[in-house]
Amino acid sequence: MEVVGILTKVVPVDVFHFVELILRRGGGVTCSTYLQKAKPPTSGQGFELGSRMPVYSVYILSKSGGLIYQHDHNIPTVENEKTFSYPLEVKLDVQNRNIVVSYGQRDGIKVGHTLVAVNGIKVTGQQLDDGRDAMEVLADEANYPINLKFARPRLTTNEKIFQASMFYPLYALAVQLSPEQKSSGIEVLEADNFRMNCFQTLQGVKFMVISDTKQSGIDALLHRVYEIYSDYALKNPFYSLEMPIRCELFDEHLKTTLEQAERSGISNV
Amino acid sequence: MGERGSRTPSETGSLSAYVPEIAVGSSMVAAVDIIMTIYNLYLFDRDGQLLHYAEWTRKKESGMTREEEAKLMYGMIFSIKSFVTKVSPVDLREGYLTYSTNKYRLNLYETPSRLKFILNTDVNAQGIKELLHQIYTQVYVEYVVYNPLCHLNKPIESELFAAKLDEVVKQSPAYASRPA
Repeated sequence: MEVVGILTKVVPVDVFHFVELILRRGGGVTCSTYLQKAKPPTSGQGFELGSRMPVYSVYILSKSGGLIYQHDHNIPTVENEKTFSYPLEVKLDVQNRNIVVSYGQRDGIKVGHTLVAVNGIKVTGQQLDDGRDAMEVLADEANYPINLKFARPRLTTNEKIFQASMFYPLYALAVQLSPEQKSSGIEVLEADNFRMNCFQTLQGVKFMVISDTKQSGIDALLHRVYEIYSDYALKNPFYSLEMPIRCELFDEHLKTTLEQAERSGISNV
Repeated sequence: MGERGSRTPSETGSLSAYVPEIAVGSSMVAAVDIIMTIYNLYLFDRDGQLLHYAEWTRKKESGMTREEEAKLMYGMIFSIKSFVTKVSPVDLREGYLTYSTNKYRLNLYETPSRLKFILNTDVNAQGIKELLHQIYTQVYVEYVVYNPLCHLNKPIESELFAAKLDEVVKQSPAYASRPA
């Protein structure tokens, strides 16, 4: 392990941000060191700050299936930086005006990740911040060895609306395809590293919370969010039903509740 | 999908049934016993064709023919998978996902060759991931892939496969036959 930087500043954010600061100060990262930020520390390496079991995001769907509120509380950024030599081993494609990895998954860089920076210069869409076209830079052998940073793409607002509306019929299909009588819709959807809880009120409004698999007490959290919704959104005389929720008090209280839930487990009333 | 209009009354209907339904006969069973059941299994190939359907218990028919139901099931699974890929905060690794409603749980196991095993069990079933993996390796691979007479992209006609599948499922701890 070589010395890549000098510790100039101590920032108590969390383990991974701390490590990143040290390495960055060293002025660039040498080949094949990759920074993977913020996977919640589950394997007890180093020190754990409390027990971080994050709640990732909250979605609220109206009775007719449209997204009326969305809040990303704590989405981890999955980023990987690597130095490549000519010719490029990963195959890149242009999709949706972004440069996306389509083949050649390796070292944490997965299919679907987008190109975020070239040699430290940020890439927006297909263009580098200094005006050059990214695909041309990549095709030119003179620029190699080249340092590329890939990240898992974040959902845009439109995509979130789309995905949320997609969930609504899935909920109803679960009822229809049920082998048991009188089944409700999807209440918990679980995959490898996240779990989504859904609570449907009597009116048909759905509250969905995406959290880590190990987080417990999400049912109580969902009921609490429902309470906050009825207190600060429904009772707000300027809020009309089925419309996107734009109430400050609702935002504030929701954020406080989520932070409390993360810090001390779901022990709030 | 005419379900939409009728959805809310059924929700309020089930909500009024806050008294937990006592399954007939379970009060006869000793309090220590946990009744877990496996309802049915669907097996889809990579193009969405239903290769096999097996049923052990089923309380509610979906009101469609088997083919329509299979297509609907495949469509739902496909949409859930794409939803999960987009919405997941970190990349997914294994091909396993599950959803639960208040009455049943659906487990999906997808192999790297995009073969999908869908198993409906009750909500408390444990160890289904291993069971599905076992079904794949010990039943499907052994009796279908290695069988020179079974075509991989056609519905499975092998009786041996059906019998072996039944055996593996009935032997698993998650299966318990409901008292009559």
